[in-house]
Amino acid sequence: MNLSVSIGKLTLQNPVMVASGTFGYGAEYARLLDLNQLGAVVVKGIRLTPVRGNPTPRTAEVTSGMLNAIGLQGPGVDGFIEKYWPFLKSLRVPAVINIWGTTVEEYAEVARRFDAVGGVGALELNVSCPNIKEGGAQFGTDPKLLAAVVAACRKATTLPLITKLSPNVTSIVPYALAAEAEGSDALSITNSFPAMAIDIESRRPKLANVTGGLTGPCIKPIAIKLIWDARRAVKIPIIGMGGIQSAADAVEFMLAGANAVAVGTANFYEPQTALAVIAGIRDYLQWHNIENIHDLVGAVRLS
Amino acid sequence: MVEQTVQIISNERDTDAYFQLTLQAPEIARATQPGQFMHLRIPPLREALLRRPFSIFQANGETVAVLYKTVGKGTNALAKMRAGEELSAIGPLGHGFTVPAGGGETPLLVAGGYGMAAMYLLAERSPQKGIVFVGGRQRVDILCEAEFRKIGWEVRATTEDGSYGEKGLVTQPLVAELKRGGRNRKLFACGPTAMLKAVAKIAEEFQVPAEISTDEHMCCGVGVCLTCVVPIKTASGWEYQRTCTEGPVFDSRNVLWEIAK
Repeated sequence: MNLSVSIGKLTLQNPVMVASGTFGYGAEYARLLDLNQLGAVVVKGIRLTPVRGNPTPRTAEVTSGMLNAIGLQGPGVDGFIEKYWPFLKSLRVPAVINIWGTTVEEYAEVARRFDAVGGVGALELNVSCPNIKEGGAQFGTDPKLLAAVVAACRKATTLPLITKLSPNVTSIVPYALAAEAEGSDALSITNSFPAMAIDIESRRPKLANVTGGLTGPCIKPIAIKLIWDARRAVKIPIIGMGGIQSAADAVEFMLAGANAVAVGTANFYEPQTALAVIAGIRDYLQWHNIENIHDLVGAVRLS
Repeated sequence: MVEQTVQIISNERDTDAYFQLTLQAPEIARATQPGQFMHLRIPPLREALLRRPFSIFQANGETVAVLYKTVGKGTNALAKMRAGEELSAIGPLGHGFTVPAGGGETPLLVAGGYGMAAMYLLAERSPQKGIVFVGGRQRVDILCEAEFRKIGWEVRATTEDGSYGEKGLVTQPLVAELKRGGRNRKLFACGPTAMLKAVAKIAEEFQVPAEISTDEHMCCGVGVCLTCVVPIKTASGWEYQRTCTEGPVFDSRNVLWEIAK
């Protein structure tokens, strides 16, 4: 049975990753599960300098999901390399570094820095975080800016580039095409959806940031549709994410057109989810006599 | 820290809206330090996905107990669970209280409501006996007094409505005690943020060290989601640190109380 998936020059032993922002820098979960079983570990977004993040409350539980507005708190490139990279480097599975900036130049500089580190599996360009004032989503909701970010990073590094798209657009197709045209090796679909919740007793928003990003099983059907849209437009691999909590969810993403998947919010409540998804995908392939996982990609039957 | 499926030994109403849950969880019980917590997935919650954090009240060989108040969806669903049922627990988690060394400082514990449960193990394992000051709105909010007395601790209770102990806030008898003088004392506090702020101020005024346990809205419990952060002073200013990992216990002098909520 072949579960391996290629993203640019990077090969994953299986298609199950963990989504940025839901797995810290890997080490936090190492005591609860064997990270070397994963397809890849994707770390929380890093920009050039340290980021303090948003005031609290930063998250709120909603029906079958949650809102977050963390504000990309992080140690910056230097802090990350010093504190977290030695552990990630010791893993047998690739580490994908999620990067962001407030200017095109910053994205490129961060890409250049990680290119020089040696041993990074891939870079995921975060052009879609809804919770910061500058950077993030502004680059993901204008195809020209998106193209500029991808092009600048492409020049800055030979590492595989994955562009994480925003769902907050009329059609995801122009963004998927722009990323592909500028040399992105893959797409991540989707980031969280802009959303809001209010406490009806205090009449205050449940997040200090007022609005945040919605994730969890409640977004899964919307994410599936975005992947279906993008799949028909581009040839590059798509990493599907949005509410995956079982192998059945993962297979559904692959049938819609995802080559790989990432488990996100489910890590918070069931840290073993990604491993259970890998085991369940094996069972599914065996049950259906499918030798190569690639045969599932986009294999939804329309008639 | 382990994740395991654990069985409920008992889950009974203590008083009013307070319940005591006892779990068969040997690995967690053996590793628990005073002030640490457990993160529980409550199966009947269904569409409410997240785990709920609970301070560990007692850890005896094979079992751990928590005291909780039914305040929302999670605790109300938990209160309906019965002996023999199972749930998933991750623990013990967090950085707990510093147990006083033998011959070291005399501990003065300050508790708001069920914050008292989070400090029981500290009292049990402290070589020096001390005083626990506990405050609540009314008589039913004063919990586990008998357990503290049983291990030789003095308990001074206050209630806001005067239905039990001294009438007023928990800080009143604390200040009175500190004014009486004495040397080498240390405060340990667990309760609502307003109480923790007041304790921090008193500690500063009387020049005594204080460890405070923060109670923040939490999501992953293991340090990845950055939900439960509190502002902590650093050499160059301040940063958000995690209640679940760097905390829940912090040195009160390190907390930037002006910003803490």
